[in-house]
Amino acid sequence: MVQFSLPKNSKIRVGKTWPKPDGKNIRKFQIYRWDPDTGENPRVDTYFLDMDKCGPMVLDALIKIKNEIDPTLTFRRSCREGICGSCAMNIDGINTLACIYGLDEIKGDVKINPLPHMPVVKDLIPDLTHFYAQHASIMPWLETKTNRPAKEWRQSIEDRKKLDGLYECVMCASCSTSCPSYWWNSDRYLGPAALLHAYRWIIDSRDEATGERLDALEDPFKLYRCHTIMNCAKTCPKGLNPAKAIAEIKKMQLNRHV
Amino acid sequence: MRYLTARKRAEGKGASHTGTEHHWYMTVSSVALAFLVPTFLYIFGRTLGQPLEEVIATFSRPFPAILTALVVVIGMRHFAKGAQMMLEDYTQGSLRKGLVILTYSISYAVTAVALYALVKLALIGFLFANMAH
Repeated sequence: MVQFSLPKNSKIRVGKTWPKPDGKNIRKFQIYRWDPDTGENPRVDTYFLDMDKCGPMVLDALIKIKNEIDPTLTFRRSCREGICGSCAMNIDGINTLACIYGLDEIKGDVKINPLPHMPVVKDLIPDLTHFYAQHASIMPWLETKTNRPAKEWRQSIEDRKKLDGLYECVMCASCSTSCPSYWWNSDRYLGPAALLHAYRWIIDSRDEATGERLDALEDPFKLYRCHTIMNCAKTCPKGLNPAKAIAEIKKMQLNRHV
Repeated sequence: MRYLTARKRAEGKGASHTGTEHHWYMTVSSVALAFLVPTFLYIFGRTLGQPLEEVIATFSRPFPAILTALVVVIGMRHFAKGAQMMLEDYTQGSLRKGLVILTYSISYAVTAVALYALVKLALIGFLFANMAH
């Protein structure tokens, strides 16, 4: 249910300000910190970096802070090129991937928070267990009933093109955690990422479970909580449009009825 | 503390296999209201400041009377279903169900009162017209 204020133990306090280094091109970073082991409230620590000695991306700055200033700073990262989706976080108010978000795109101080409305494991790491379980629930694999062909399931070039703009999703959760409907009802609403993946399998010409997939989605909460707010499309770091995929699922549901 | 797997939580009680009718009704009623409301406002606006007899005469004519009835019935159904969606967004459990019942009751009550007033106006107009003859 919607909550208009944070619980007492979630109120964010002013944290530690780390010393400023020497240099002309100094930039301020304000980063959310929370450690479940301390029992303290979350805080925002302030760091300063000499940008002449730092890489161009937000992830470069985070790695530099962790390596040279504060080794306790915790965040996920892996591929460093927008393929794995690990380093999704809220940067300057936008859910995006730290590895492909340039520091030059941010005006003023750099404010970094974990993905909104998710339980936090530590610092910038959200708990994505439920998000991944929702993804698994839409059966993100090819379902067939026909006997397996001798060589391969064939697909025309035109049908393959329908998967463009869908298969590229890296499940970073930027879209789902930017969606107000997902904030309020993530226990039942599948969210933009899971629904985009659901649509990717619904329109796959090789998949033979289209009806079952549509049946499993036909629900006022699982699917119809999408109110076309479009935050998902705006924030997607891969430039995808989950809202369009959801609208296509709604059209397919409608075509079964009318 | 319940020992439920993440998958069990995500699946919940499964799909209710409803929602498409609601979505379709909202789409159709939106289109209908896009035409009905401006026409109604035009007719209603023309009666503003007119003497009572003129207003009664307007709303006892078939087109304005039927149009007004359609605006009230479709508009209130649209309101109730839209408010239901909003309440489902922001509330949960018994509070959600209670508020949805309240919203539906209000919409039915407004519809009934408006239709009663409309019928009364139309009948008065009909009687006036007959008396004049």
